[in-house]
Amino acid sequence: MSRYSAFSLLRGAFNGQSHWKPAWRHPDPKPHYDIIIIGGGGHGLATAYYLAKVHGLRNIAVLEKGWIGGGNTGRNTTIVRSNYRQDALHNFFEFGLKLWHGLSDDLNYNVMFSPRGALTLGHSDADMVTLAQRGDAMRCDGIDAELLTRDQVAKLEPLLDMSRTARFPIEGGLIQRRGGSARHDAVAWGYARGADSLGVDIIQKCEVTGFVRDGDAIVGVETTRGRIGAGRVGICVAGHSGHVAGLAGLRLPIESQTLQAMVTEGVKPMINTVIMTQALHCYISQSDKGGIVFGGDPDNWPSYAQRGNPMIMENAVAQGLALVPALSRLRMLRTWSGVTDMSFDGSPIIGETPLPNLYLNGGWCYGGFKATPASGWTYAHTLATGKPHPLNAPFSLDRFERGATIDETGSGPMPSSR
Amino acid sequence: MMQIACPHCGSRAQQEFMYERTVDSVVPLDAPTDKAMAALFTRTNPRGPDDEIWRHTYGCRAWMVVTRHRVTHEITAVRAVGPEVLP
Ligand SMILES: [Zn+2]
Repeated sequence: MSRYSAFSLLRGAFNGQSHWKPAWRHPDPKPHYDIIIIGGGGHGLATAYYLAKVHGLRNIAVLEKGWIGGGNTGRNTTIVRSNYRQDALHNFFEFGLKLWHGLSDDLNYNVMFSPRGALTLGHSDADMVTLAQRGDAMRCDGIDAELLTRDQVAKLEPLLDMSRTARFPIEGGLIQRRGGSARHDAVAWGYARGADSLGVDIIQKCEVTGFVRDGDAIVGVETTRGRIGAGRVGICVAGHSGHVAGLAGLRLPIESQTLQAMVTEGVKPMINTVIMTQALHCYISQSDKGGIVFGGDPDNWPSYAQRGNPMIMENAVAQGLALVPALSRLRMLRTWSGVTDMSFDGSPIIGETPLPNLYLNGGWCYGGFKATPASGWTYAHTLATGKPHPLNAPFSLDRFERGATIDETGSGPMPSSR
Repeated sequence: MMQIACPHCGSRAQQEFMYERTVDSVVPLDAPTDKAMAALFTRTNPRGPDDEIWRHTYGCRAWMVVTRHRVTHEITAVRAVGPEVLP
């Protein structure tokens, strides 16, 4: 693999940029791999990359039913942050945030990570107490969090409606300055290029249709491109975890729901940070192209439809306009949606399953993108060693029956109430 | 968006309804622990039809079982909830 650099770009200027080569191969599947990862999204590709890079394994395949990065990796709002209250969550996501900060260098691929700050607004005294508590919990573990006054918020985001008659009055906020956003496609492509260069076979248009079993143990997969044997198999298909695990006869603590997002026409810089709120479920940021990216609630009923619902869209936009009235002048360009794994405590699942050799990474709810590096790192550890990494040990599949759920919002075991 | 045919009110817009849970996640009072755990914390989550409990919250407030396809959203049956419908 040739390295990308300013020098190679400059040299390309003199040869018509003819030095560009495909960033990964299109190999045919081999009869057997040591590890098969089902799902070529950011998480699956990151897992393959770290399996090769950190654990020195080479005989690895990533099977993707469509094209890589075409699922939720390409459908999210690209927010990166680690501002959770609970230890298990903020330690996991902070490990990921640290990887984000060195990711472009590590991959030799510009993922356009932009740590512009992740700002959570508070709309009442109660919100501010909750935000202070969350910030304190983070700072106890050495994670940056800064409580902001009303004036500080107004200075940071001058277009917010700070009036006392605002529909959602703003009392202050909590900012994580090292948070921000990244270019989602580049994350998938960068990991794919890195994994491929270390010998990982990325096999696209290859859908898993069943599992090959030896007693209880999983020893391979049936695919649309034939049977492929495997030492270990890792499911990494968030959104469709229930379906794929169902092929192995498992029922998961997951219900699939649609989550939609939308983007306006491009305008000059007007939103400086990633704006979220403690009381609403609306998040706003501005892409590098200038479009204002909106996200809102999941559609709170089960669906695999990959298309959104106008009720939810209207809700998200109404909240966004109430916070930043100037947005009302913009035209919406595109809306899209993805299928999310809504887990029963709002936290992901990474670890073993009851079936030997079969592992699961899923349940990302609406927060999977920011986890990509940490998810890949810890899942690679789990697949390479057969045991969880300390950071993903709390996110085991059996935590529900043990009563050890990780419920950040405290809303109980109902995916539709997140 | 969906139109849901409430057994009491007729066809109404989806905004009037709330999704509750799937029928197989209702825990019978005499369920053994493993069955209760499975009902509370797991779902079949099929990429196809499933039986779901919805409520006409902003209408007559009655519960109903909706048989609905998870990909096409096509509704093939709506039944009022009664002892013969739920476990
Ligand atoms: Zn009714």
